[in-house]
Amino acid sequence: MSIQEAQETMTDSGISDRPGSGHDQAERPVAFSNEQPVKIKSRDVNVYYGQAQALENVDLDIRQYEVTSLIGPSGCGKSTYLRCINRMNDVIDGCRVEGKIEMDGEDVYDPKLDVVQLRARVGMVFQKPNPFPKSIYDNIAYGPRIHGIGNSKSDMDEIVQSSLQRAGLWEEVKDRMDTPGTGLSGGQQQRLCIARAIAVNPEVILMDEPCSALDPIATAKIEELIDELRQNFTIVIVTHSMQQAARVSQRTAFFHLGILVESDETEQIFTNPKDQRTQDYITGRFG
Amino acid sequence: MTDATAPSEGIAIRRPDLSPARVRRRYAAETRFKTYGRLAIAAAVIMLGILLFSIVGRGWTAFFQTQIGLDVFLDPNEIQIERNADGEITDVDGEFRSLVNDALFALFPNVEDRTERRALRNLVTRDASFELQAAVEENPDLIDQTVRVWITSSDDIDTYVKGQITPIETFDVVGIATPTGTSGEIEVLTGANDFANIANEVKARLAELSEDRLAASEAAGNAAQRLRDDLAEVREDLQEADAEDVPRFEERAARLEAQIGSLTAASEATARDAEDLRARSVRVGGIEELNNRLPSYLVAINGGLVKLTAVGPARARGEVLIPLESEVSAQPEDWTLLSYVIAESDRRVKDNEVAWIETLREQGQVQTVFNTKFFTEADSREPEQAGIWGAVVGSFLTLVITLTLAFPVGVLAAIYLEEFAPKNRLTDLIEVNINNLAAVPSIVFGLLGLAMFLNFFGLPRSAPLVGGMVLALMTLPTVIIASRAALKAVPPSIREAALGVGASKVQTVTHHVLPLAMPGILTGTIIGMAQALGETAPLLMIGMVAFIADVPGGFTDAATVLPVQIFLWADAPERAFVAKTSAAIMVLLTFLIFMNAMAVILRKRFERRW
Repeated sequence: MSIQEAQETMTDSGISDRPGSGHDQAERPVAFSNEQPVKIKSRDVNVYYGQAQALENVDLDIRQYEVTSLIGPSGCGKSTYLRCINRMNDVIDGCRVEGKIEMDGEDVYDPKLDVVQLRARVGMVFQKPNPFPKSIYDNIAYGPRIHGIGNSKSDMDEIVQSSLQRAGLWEEVKDRMDTPGTGLSGGQQQRLCIARAIAVNPEVILMDEPCSALDPIATAKIEELIDELRQNFTIVIVTHSMQQAARVSQRTAFFHLGILVESDETEQIFTNPKDQRTQDYITGRFG
Repeated sequence: MTDATAPSEGIAIRRPDLSPARVRRRYAAETRFKTYGRLAIAAAVIMLGILLFSIVGRGWTAFFQTQIGLDVFLDPNEIQIERNADGEITDVDGEFRSLVNDALFALFPNVEDRTERRALRNLVTRDASFELQAAVEENPDLIDQTVRVWITSSDDIDTYVKGQITPIETFDVVGIATPTGTSGEIEVLTGANDFANIANEVKARLAELSEDRLAASEAAGNAAQRLRDDLAEVREDLQEADAEDVPRFEERAARLEAQIGSLTAASEATARDAEDLRARSVRVGGIEELNNRLPSYLVAINGGLVKLTAVGPARARGEVLIPLESEVSAQPEDWTLLSYVIAESDRRVKDNEVAWIETLREQGQVQTVFNTKFFTEADSREPEQAGIWGAVVGSFLTLVITLTLAFPVGVLAAIYLEEFAPKNRLTDLIEVNINNLAAVPSIVFGLLGLAMFLNFFGLPRSAPLVGGMVLALMTLPTVIIASRAALKAVPPSIREAALGVGASKVQTVTHHVLPLAMPGILTGTIIGMAQALGETAPLLMIGMVAFIADVPGGFTDAATVLPVQIFLWADAPERAFVAKTSAAIMVLLTFLIFMNAMAVILRKRFERRW
């Protein structure tokens, strides 16, 4: 898909008709032109924490069954953007989101939309592994239970087992399902959190620096897992490691000081960045 | 880049000061700091030790009670038993008190004087009739028999038996003693000068008394002198005074003169008294008169007891308290010379009562048993009948109300404020006010309870219902603050995890946050309850300070609580209540320690790590 086509797509969805849009369409760093359909479409997203603006006019398309990585220096707003997608910013006092984020053409910030259902469709894995202080089984079973999946014991057992298998943790924990999830090692805990997220079969999984608290071996396992999960889930991952972004993602978006500087296929970003700032960042000049 | 960090030419490089003096100073500072901490802890431990020691030392005797064994003839003519158609006993009635009295009089038949007989009756508790009645109800077959019944002694006797009234000293005797009679006023003669010791002791004591008197006389003299100075001033003023002020000054002068007169007279009388005593104390030989301001001296001889009223070296005059069996002479090992060290006028148990109880003790009719009544009865005007159970039940009922009100309201308020409420000026104001409420003096809550619950809503006075409501008001801020702290301590990652898998706000709180915060909330609540258990002031305002002799049966019955009971007993004039007070404090402390231990155990048991 060329830029021309991308513009047409946007015109079709009526975004360029928005009044007050001060940008020239052609200058927008419109993302990713490729085969996969767009899963999440952000246009003109502004986020404020009280008076301070954290994100400025972010336009980004995230495509289905791909891993999109968000990179950039600390405080650039990549986590903020990630948390906008499943409205985790709602719980932060004084946080205000403007603009439009659509998932499958449905406005995420529609007041009529039920945020609980949204989060059932958009799972999340956090920077620090945060299993519930309950048994491994209950950690996985909690999500399905509150969403009314797996009402019988055998159903639930199956969900728990398959989730753990998909997260590559089953073999390690199958004999101690009743032990607390907090007793696992850091890497296992993070895979448990991933298993917990996929147990409710979301469409999108958001990962906020999932490997930053882990050692290289655990990191490698998680990266492998992310690659497998791509078959069934759309994944957005925030990472500080450019190698990781290069390894696991198909597309990369570079944020700097609250602005989406550039987004493109990962290979493009790392080999032939268009913006000087991207160039500086990936070569280690700053950040 | 390198330019910015390179040291410039002019600036000297300053390295850390590594001199030994600095190190020594640092070590000394650390040692000093640790020492201060240890001293503080040692001081606290010592204070606690003193507190516990004094309370236990004073109070442990209250857990025991003296009983007097009486051989009571259960006269069928005096006791009426009513039975129903099935032959079961429905009521027992009778003149139990007079049966007890008869048994007492039978023990000491020589006691005929009315006052003495009253003293004899009062060896046992005023509620002796109920105790005898209870014994008969338990076993009606005893009627028409003489049975030994153990009756609770009166509080003074109990205190005496526990050794808190007077010590008894024994003197060595070497001579053969001969009494001149068996009852009434008699003399005791001894072959050696056995009474000389007493005479010397008495003289020493008289000298002491004389000095006390002299000091008192001087004090009165000085006071009179000061008044004389005042009088001189008043007289001066009188000379210069206006006509209209003259009567006022004259009146004042007259009053002063009268005061000076009486003080001078008192001073002179005391001085004479002191001189008298001094003269007696230095007189050699002769008969020394005894009185109740001196220790009591007694001779135990031939199974009887003589209280001495006058002593010479080899002979003593005295009154018989317990009749002697005969007038025969007694060998030195068969008679003894005793002293009740505290002067009779300074103690509540008089010589005759001591004599009776000592006689009974020798006959095995005095025993000290565990004081079950203390734990099963409510308050009473008689210390020997007073127990703590009424206050314990009152405290329990009050705390039930406090808990049922303060816990749900406090926890819900905390959850709303911490998890749901928006952070704005209004919630800030509420938070500040909750913190302020925790610092409001508790008596203010008592006044609020008086005004609202009693006067406006017309709830019953002195009731655990109202007490519990007032204490709930007082405890609420504690519960809210503790619960908020516990909720705040739950890491936000748990909330994020729950929200991230699509739990609603309420599900997040009830499924994850609250279970993790519960140990902290319970700890705070228990500590709040312990605080409420020890609270006195607000309950005084709503009438829980009344004397309640019944164990409360419900939330609206008049009741009192443990700390108020302690307050009441501490205020009571009877000596025996001193021990009861300390014992009640021990019971209260036991409950408090128990509750705080519960809080610790709960926290340890349910603490989750993440």
